[in-house]
Amino acid sequence: MARTLIHLPPTVRRGDVIDVRAMIAHPMETGFRADSNGQVLPRDIITRFECRLDDAPVFAADLFAAISANPMIAFTLRAERSGTLHFEWEGDHGFRQRESRPLVVE
Amino acid sequence: MLACAAAVASASWITSTPAADMRRSGFAEMGAALQLMQRDDAQNPASLWVAEGASLWNRSPPRGKACADCHDAAAMGSVAARYPSYDAARARPLTLGARIDACRVEHQGASAEGAGGDAVLALSAWLARQARGQTIAPPADTRLRPWRERGERLWNERMGQIDLSCAQCHDERAGLRLGGAPIPQAHPVGYPIYRLEWQTLGSLERRMRGCLVGVRAEPFAPGADEWTALEAFLMQRAAGMRHEGTAVRP
Repeated sequence: MARTLIHLPPTVRRGDVIDVRAMIAHPMETGFRADSNGQVLPRDIITRFECRLDDAPVFAADLFAAISANPMIAFTLRAERSGTLHFEWEGDHGFRQRESRPLVVE
Repeated sequence: MLACAAAVASASWITSTPAADMRRSGFAEMGAALQLMQRDDAQNPASLWVAEGASLWNRSPPRGKACADCHDAAAMGSVAARYPSYDAARARPLTLGARIDACRVEHQGASAEGAGGDAVLALSAWLARQARGQTIAPPADTRLRPWRERGERLWNERMGQIDLSCAQCHDERAGLRLGGAPIPQAHPVGYPIYRLEWQTLGSLERRMRGCLVGVRAEPFAPGADEWTALEAFLMQRAAGMRHEGTAVRP
Protein backbone atom coordinates (compact mmCIF):
# COMPACT_ATOMS: atom_id res chain seq x y z
CA MET A 1 0.00 0.00 0.00
CA ALA A 2 1.46 3.27 -1.06
CA ARG A 3 0.60 6.42 0.79
CA THR A 4 -1.41 8.98 -1.14
CA LEU A 5 -2.62 12.50 -0.51
CA ILE A 6 -5.57 13.76 -2.50
CA HIS A 7 -6.63 17.36 -2.27
CA LEU A 8 -10.03 18.66 -3.38
CA PRO A 9 -11.69 22.01 -2.57
CA PRO A 10 -13.91 21.74 0.54
CA THR A 11 -17.00 23.05 -1.27
CA VAL A 12 -17.78 22.83 -4.97
CA ARG A 13 -20.56 24.64 -6.83
CA ARG A 14 -21.99 23.50 -10.15
CA GLY A 15 -19.93 24.84 -13.04
CA ASP A 16 -16.84 25.59 -10.92
CA VAL A 17 -13.45 24.78 -12.38
CA ILE A 18 -11.75 23.01 -9.48
CA ASP A 19 -8.14 22.07 -8.74
CA VAL A 20 -7.50 18.43 -8.06
CA ARG A 21 -4.14 17.40 -6.65
CA ALA A 22 -3.02 13.82 -6.17
CA MET A 23 0.33 12.93 -4.61
CA ILE A 24 1.66 9.42 -4.10
CA ALA A 25 4.68 8.06 -2.25
CA HIS A 26 6.81 6.33 -4.84
CA PRO A 27 10.61 6.18 -5.40
CA MET A 28 10.37 6.69 -9.20
CA GLU A 29 13.69 4.91 -9.69
CA THR A 30 14.78 5.82 -13.22
CA GLY A 31 16.65 2.68 -14.22
CA PHE A 32 19.68 4.80 -15.13
CA ARG A 33 21.32 4.98 -11.71
CA ALA A 34 23.85 2.64 -10.15
CA ASP A 35 24.02 1.66 -6.50
CA SER A 36 27.17 1.92 -4.38
CA ASN A 37 28.46 -1.37 -5.83
CA GLY A 38 28.04 -0.22 -9.41
CA GLN A 39 25.00 -2.40 -10.10
CA VAL A 40 22.34 -0.63 -12.14
CA LEU A 41 19.17 -0.20 -10.10
CA PRO A 42 16.21 -1.65 -12.02
CA ARG A 43 13.62 0.82 -13.25
CA ASP A 44 10.70 1.23 -10.86
CA ILE A 45 8.39 4.03 -11.94
CA ILE A 46 4.71 4.80 -12.20
CA THR A 47 3.76 4.61 -15.86
CA ARG A 48 0.09 5.59 -15.86
CA PHE A 49 -2.25 7.78 -13.85
CA GLU A 50 -5.98 7.96 -14.44
CA CYS A 51 -8.82 9.81 -12.80
CA ARG A 52 -12.46 8.97 -13.50
CA LEU A 53 -15.69 10.53 -12.29
CA ASP A 54 -17.82 7.43 -11.79
CA ASP A 55 -17.10 5.77 -15.17
CA ALA A 56 -16.21 8.84 -17.20
CA PRO A 57 -12.48 9.55 -17.60
CA VAL A 58 -11.65 13.13 -16.63
CA PHE A 59 -7.85 13.05 -16.69
CA ALA A 60 -5.07 10.62 -17.60
CA ALA A 61 -1.32 10.85 -17.93
CA ASP A 62 1.55 8.63 -19.04
CA LEU A 63 4.60 9.01 -16.80
CA PHE A 64 8.23 8.45 -17.76
CA ALA A 65 11.60 8.19 -16.08
CA ALA A 66 12.28 11.92 -15.80
CA ILE A 67 9.60 12.50 -13.17
CA SER A 68 10.73 13.03 -9.58
CA ALA A 69 9.97 10.78 -6.63
CA ASN A 70 6.62 11.15 -4.87
CA PRO A 71 4.98 12.73 -7.91
CA MET A 72 2.17 15.20 -7.44
CA ILE A 73 -0.24 15.44 -10.36
CA ALA A 74 -2.44 18.52 -10.39
CA PHE A 75 -5.19 19.14 -12.90
CA THR A 76 -8.45 21.04 -13.23
CA LEU A 77 -11.91 19.79 -14.02
CA ARG A 78 -15.27 21.45 -14.45
CA ALA A 79 -17.67 20.20 -11.79
CA GLU A 80 -21.00 19.51 -13.51
CA ARG A 81 -22.39 16.75 -11.30
CA SER A 82 -21.74 14.89 -8.08
CA GLY A 83 -20.19 11.45 -8.08
CA THR A 84 -17.16 9.52 -6.95
CA LEU A 85 -13.70 10.40 -8.21
CA HIS A 86 -11.59 7.29 -8.75
CA PHE A 87 -7.83 7.69 -8.84
CA GLU A 88 -5.60 4.95 -10.17
CA TRP A 89 -1.82 4.71 -10.46
CA GLU A 90 -0.11 1.86 -12.31
CA GLY A 91 3.57 1.14 -12.62
CA ASP A 92 6.45 -1.28 -12.94
CA HIS A 93 6.51 -4.63 -11.14
CA GLY A 94 2.72 -4.78 -11.00
CA PHE A 95 2.40 -1.59 -8.97
CA ARG A 96 -1.22 -0.53 -8.67
CA GLN A 97 -2.86 1.88 -6.26
CA ARG A 98 -6.51 2.87 -6.22
CA GLU A 99 -8.17 5.61 -4.20
CA SER A 100 -11.58 7.23 -4.37
CA ARG A 101 -13.06 10.44 -3.03
CA PRO A 102 -16.64 11.71 -3.12
CA LEU A 103 -17.21 14.81 -5.23
CA VAL A 104 -20.24 16.68 -3.93
CA VAL A 105 -21.46 19.44 -6.24
CA GLU A 106 -23.85 21.85 -4.52
CA MET B 1 45.71 30.06 12.76
CA LEU B 2 45.41 29.13 16.44
CA ALA B 3 44.56 32.70 17.35
CA CYS B 4 41.91 32.69 14.65
CA ALA B 5 40.36 29.50 16.02
CA ALA B 6 40.35 30.93 19.52
CA ALA B 7 38.62 34.09 18.32
CA VAL B 8 35.89 32.01 16.66
CA ALA B 9 35.46 29.85 19.74
CA SER B 10 35.15 32.82 22.06
CA ALA B 11 32.04 34.11 20.27
CA SER B 12 30.05 31.27 21.75
CA TRP B 13 26.48 30.65 20.71
CA ILE B 14 25.88 28.88 23.99
CA THR B 15 26.70 31.75 26.30
CA SER B 16 25.63 34.73 24.24
CA THR B 17 22.99 35.79 21.78
CA PRO B 18 24.14 38.56 19.46
CA ALA B 19 22.51 41.91 20.13
CA ALA B 20 21.07 42.20 16.64
CA ASP B 21 19.68 38.88 15.50
CA MET B 22 21.26 38.26 12.10
CA ARG B 23 20.07 34.67 11.96
CA ARG B 24 18.27 33.57 8.82
CA SER B 25 16.57 30.33 8.01
CA GLY B 26 17.48 28.62 4.75
CA PHE B 27 13.84 29.27 3.82
CA ALA B 28 14.78 32.87 3.00
CA GLU B 29 17.31 31.71 0.39
CA MET B 30 14.75 29.70 -1.57
CA GLY B 31 12.73 30.82 -4.57
CA ALA B 32 9.00 31.54 -4.38
CA ALA B 33 8.01 28.16 -5.84
CA LEU B 34 9.95 26.19 -3.24
CA GLN B 35 8.70 28.40 -0.43
CA LEU B 36 5.13 27.72 -1.56
CA MET B 37 5.90 24.00 -1.77
CA GLN B 38 6.93 24.09 1.90
CA ARG B 39 4.01 26.20 3.11
CA ASP B 40 1.24 24.42 1.21
CA ASP B 41 0.52 21.10 2.90
CA ALA B 42 -1.07 19.79 -0.29
CA GLN B 43 2.21 20.37 -2.17
CA ASN B 44 4.72 19.54 0.56
CA PRO B 45 5.77 15.92 -0.01
CA ALA B 46 6.58 15.61 3.70
CA SER B 47 2.79 15.50 4.18
CA LEU B 48 2.97 11.86 3.05
CA TRP B 49 5.13 11.08 6.10
CA VAL B 50 3.00 13.29 8.36
CA ALA B 51 -0.08 11.26 7.42
CA GLU B 52 1.81 8.03 8.01
CA GLY B 53 3.00 9.31 11.41
CA ALA B 54 -0.54 10.23 12.43
CA SER B 55 -1.74 6.71 11.73
CA LEU B 56 1.30 5.11 13.43
CA TRP B 57 0.58 7.20 16.52
CA ASN B 58 -2.73 5.42 17.08
CA ARG B 59 -1.80 2.00 15.71
CA SER B 60 -1.40 -0.75 18.31
CA PRO B 61 1.73 -2.80 17.62
CA PRO B 62 1.57 -6.61 17.80
CA ARG B 63 3.27 -6.45 21.20
CA GLY B 64 3.08 -3.50 23.54
CA LYS B 65 1.24 -0.20 23.47
CA ALA B 66 0.40 2.41 20.85
CA CYS B 67 2.01 5.85 21.25
CA ALA B 68 -1.45 7.25 22.02
CA ASP B 69 -1.87 4.82 24.96
CA CYS B 70 0.79 6.71 26.93
CA HIS B 71 1.02 10.18 25.37
CA ASP B 72 -1.69 12.79 24.98
CA ALA B 73 -1.53 13.91 21.35
CA ALA B 74 -2.76 17.38 22.29
CA ALA B 75 0.27 17.84 24.56
CA MET B 76 2.84 16.94 21.90
CA GLY B 77 2.68 20.21 19.97
CA SER B 78 5.92 21.74 21.21
CA VAL B 79 8.02 18.59 21.44
CA ALA B 80 9.86 19.06 18.16
CA ALA B 81 10.73 22.64 19.16
CA ARG B 82 12.56 21.63 22.34
CA TYR B 83 14.48 18.42 21.64
CA PRO B 84 17.19 17.13 22.18
CA SER B 85 16.41 16.75 25.86
CA TYR B 86 18.15 14.94 28.68
CA ASP B 87 17.15 11.38 29.52
CA ALA B 88 17.97 10.70 33.15
CA ALA B 89 17.72 6.91 32.86
CA ARG B 90 20.33 6.82 30.10
CA ALA B 91 22.33 9.71 31.58
CA ARG B 92 22.59 11.32 28.13
CA PRO B 93 20.53 13.54 25.86
CA LEU B 94 18.31 12.01 23.23
CA THR B 95 17.39 13.59 19.94
CA LEU B 96 13.72 13.42 19.03
CA GLY B 97 14.44 10.57 16.62
CA ALA B 98 16.39 8.65 19.26
CA ARG B 99 13.58 9.23 21.78
CA ILE B 100 11.01 7.81 19.36
CA ASP B 101 13.27 4.88 18.56
CA ALA B 102 13.83 4.17 22.27
CA CYS B 103 10.07 4.20 22.90
CA ARG B 104 9.52 1.80 20.01
CA VAL B 105 12.09 -0.63 21.41
CA GLU B 106 10.94 -0.39 25.05
CA HIS B 107 7.19 -0.26 24.65
CA GLN B 108 6.39 -1.64 21.22
CA GLY B 109 8.72 -4.61 20.90
CA ALA B 110 10.22 -3.14 17.73
CA SER B 111 13.87 -3.22 16.79
CA ALA B 112 15.86 0.01 16.68
CA GLU B 113 16.00 1.54 13.22
CA GLY B 114 18.03 4.71 13.76
CA ALA B 115 17.42 8.30 12.69
CA GLY B 116 16.65 7.32 9.10
CA GLY B 117 14.11 4.60 9.84
CA ASP B 118 10.67 4.79 8.26
CA ALA B 119 8.68 4.83 11.50
CA VAL B 120 11.07 7.28 13.20
CA LEU B 121 10.89 9.66 10.23
CA ALA B 122 7.10 9.40 9.97
CA LEU B 123 6.50 10.03 13.67
CA SER B 124 9.04 12.85 13.87
CA ALA B 125 7.50 14.44 10.76
CA TRP B 126 4.07 14.28 12.41
CA LEU B 127 5.48 15.91 15.56
CA ALA B 128 7.41 18.54 13.58
CA ARG B 129 4.30 19.53 11.65
CA GLN B 130 2.58 20.29 14.94
CA ALA B 131 5.48 22.44 16.10
CA ARG B 132 5.21 24.68 13.03
CA GLY B 133 5.24 28.34 13.99
CA GLN B 134 6.44 27.69 17.53
CA THR B 135 9.55 29.24 19.01
CA ILE B 136 12.51 26.90 19.29
CA ALA B 137 13.06 26.60 23.03
CA PRO B 138 15.81 24.17 24.08
CA PRO B 139 15.49 23.19 27.74
CA ALA B 140 17.52 25.14 30.29
CA ASP B 141 18.95 21.91 31.64
CA THR B 142 22.50 22.20 32.95
CA ARG B 143 23.12 18.52 32.17
CA LEU B 144 22.85 19.40 28.46
CA ARG B 145 25.59 21.98 28.70
CA PRO B 146 28.59 19.63 28.30
CA TRP B 147 26.91 18.15 25.22
CA ARG B 148 26.29 21.56 23.71
CA GLU B 149 29.89 22.52 24.39
CA ARG B 150 31.11 19.33 22.78
CA GLY B 151 28.89 20.08 19.80
CA GLU B 152 30.33 23.58 19.57
CA ARG B 153 33.88 22.21 19.64
CA LEU B 154 32.98 19.84 16.79
CA TRP B 155 31.39 22.75 14.94
CA ASN B 156 34.64 24.70 15.10
CA GLU B 157 36.94 21.76 14.42
CA ARG B 158 38.55 21.41 11.02
CA MET B 159 37.76 18.03 9.52
CA GLY B 160 38.52 15.87 6.52
CA GLN B 161 40.94 16.10 3.63
CA ILE B 162 39.51 19.49 2.72
CA ASP B 163 40.26 20.58 6.28
CA LEU B 164 37.15 22.69 6.82
CA SER B 165 35.12 23.25 9.94
CA CYS B 166 31.33 23.65 9.93
CA ALA B 167 31.82 27.21 11.18
CA GLN B 168 34.05 28.21 8.27
CA CYS B 169 31.17 27.73 5.85
CA HIS B 170 28.05 28.22 7.92
CA ASP B 171 29.20 31.06 10.22
CA GLU B 172 31.96 32.82 8.31
CA ARG B 173 30.79 32.32 4.72
CA ALA B 174 27.04 32.02 5.12
CA GLY B 175 25.27 34.00 2.42
CA LEU B 176 28.10 33.45 -0.09
CA ARG B 177 27.86 30.70 -2.67
CA LEU B 178 29.41 27.26 -2.94
CA GLY B 179 29.30 26.40 -6.60
CA GLY B 180 25.86 27.64 -7.61
CA ALA B 181 24.20 27.13 -4.26
CA PRO B 182 23.87 29.68 -1.46
CA ILE B 183 25.57 28.67 1.79
CA PRO B 184 22.94 28.70 4.54
CA GLN B 185 23.55 29.52 8.18
CA ALA B 186 22.58 25.94 9.01
CA HIS B 187 19.81 26.48 11.53
CA PRO B 188 17.91 23.19 11.90
CA VAL B 189 14.49 24.82 12.07
CA GLY B 190 12.45 22.34 10.04
CA TYR B 191 13.69 18.79 10.51
CA PRO B 192 12.97 16.22 9.27
CA ILE B 193 13.22 18.00 5.91
CA TYR B 194 12.10 16.95 2.47
CA ARG B 195 15.23 17.55 0.43
CA LEU B 196 14.81 17.63 -3.33
CA GLU B 197 18.38 16.38 -3.79
CA TRP B 198 17.50 13.31 -1.74
CA GLN B 199 14.08 12.91 -3.32
CA THR B 200 12.87 11.91 0.12
CA LEU B 201 12.50 12.95 3.74
CA GLY B 202 15.63 12.87 5.90
CA SER B 203 16.96 13.58 9.36
CA LEU B 204 19.41 16.19 10.59
CA GLU B 205 21.91 13.38 11.07
CA ARG B 206 21.67 12.55 7.38
CA ARG B 207 22.08 16.21 6.45
CA MET B 208 25.20 16.57 8.61
CA ARG B 209 26.60 13.32 7.23
CA GLY B 210 26.35 14.88 3.77
CA CYS B 211 28.50 17.81 4.93
CA LEU B 212 31.13 15.47 6.43
CA VAL B 213 31.32 13.53 3.19
CA GLY B 214 31.56 16.87 1.40
CA VAL B 215 34.72 17.84 3.31
CA ARG B 216 35.98 14.28 2.77
CA ALA B 217 35.90 13.36 6.43
CA GLU B 218 34.83 9.94 7.60
CA PRO B 219 31.30 10.40 8.96
CA PHE B 220 30.61 9.42 12.56
CA ALA B 221 28.87 6.09 13.04
CA PRO B 222 25.05 6.11 12.78
CA GLY B 223 23.59 7.25 16.09
CA ALA B 224 27.01 8.30 17.45
CA ASP B 225 27.29 10.75 20.35
CA GLU B 226 28.85 13.34 18.02
CA TRP B 227 25.59 13.72 16.09
CA THR B 228 23.64 14.23 19.31
CA ALA B 229 26.17 16.78 20.55
CA LEU B 230 26.05 18.71 17.27
CA GLU B 231 22.25 18.64 17.27
CA ALA B 232 22.12 19.85 20.89
CA PHE B 233 24.47 22.69 19.96
CA LEU B 234 22.65 23.63 16.77
CA MET B 235 19.23 23.71 18.42
CA GLN B 236 20.64 25.99 21.12
CA ARG B 237 22.17 28.16 18.38
CA ALA B 238 18.72 28.38 16.76
CA ALA B 239 16.93 29.11 20.05
CA GLY B 240 14.23 31.73 19.58
CA MET B 241 13.84 31.11 15.86
CA ARG B 242 10.54 29.89 14.49
CA HIS B 243 10.06 26.19 13.83
CA GLU B 244 9.01 25.61 10.23
CA GLY B 245 7.34 22.23 10.66
CA THR B 246 8.52 19.91 7.94
CA ALA B 247 10.67 22.11 5.74
CA VAL B 248 11.45 21.68 2.04
CA ARG B 249 15.00 22.37 0.93
CA PRO B 250 16.76 22.10 -2.44
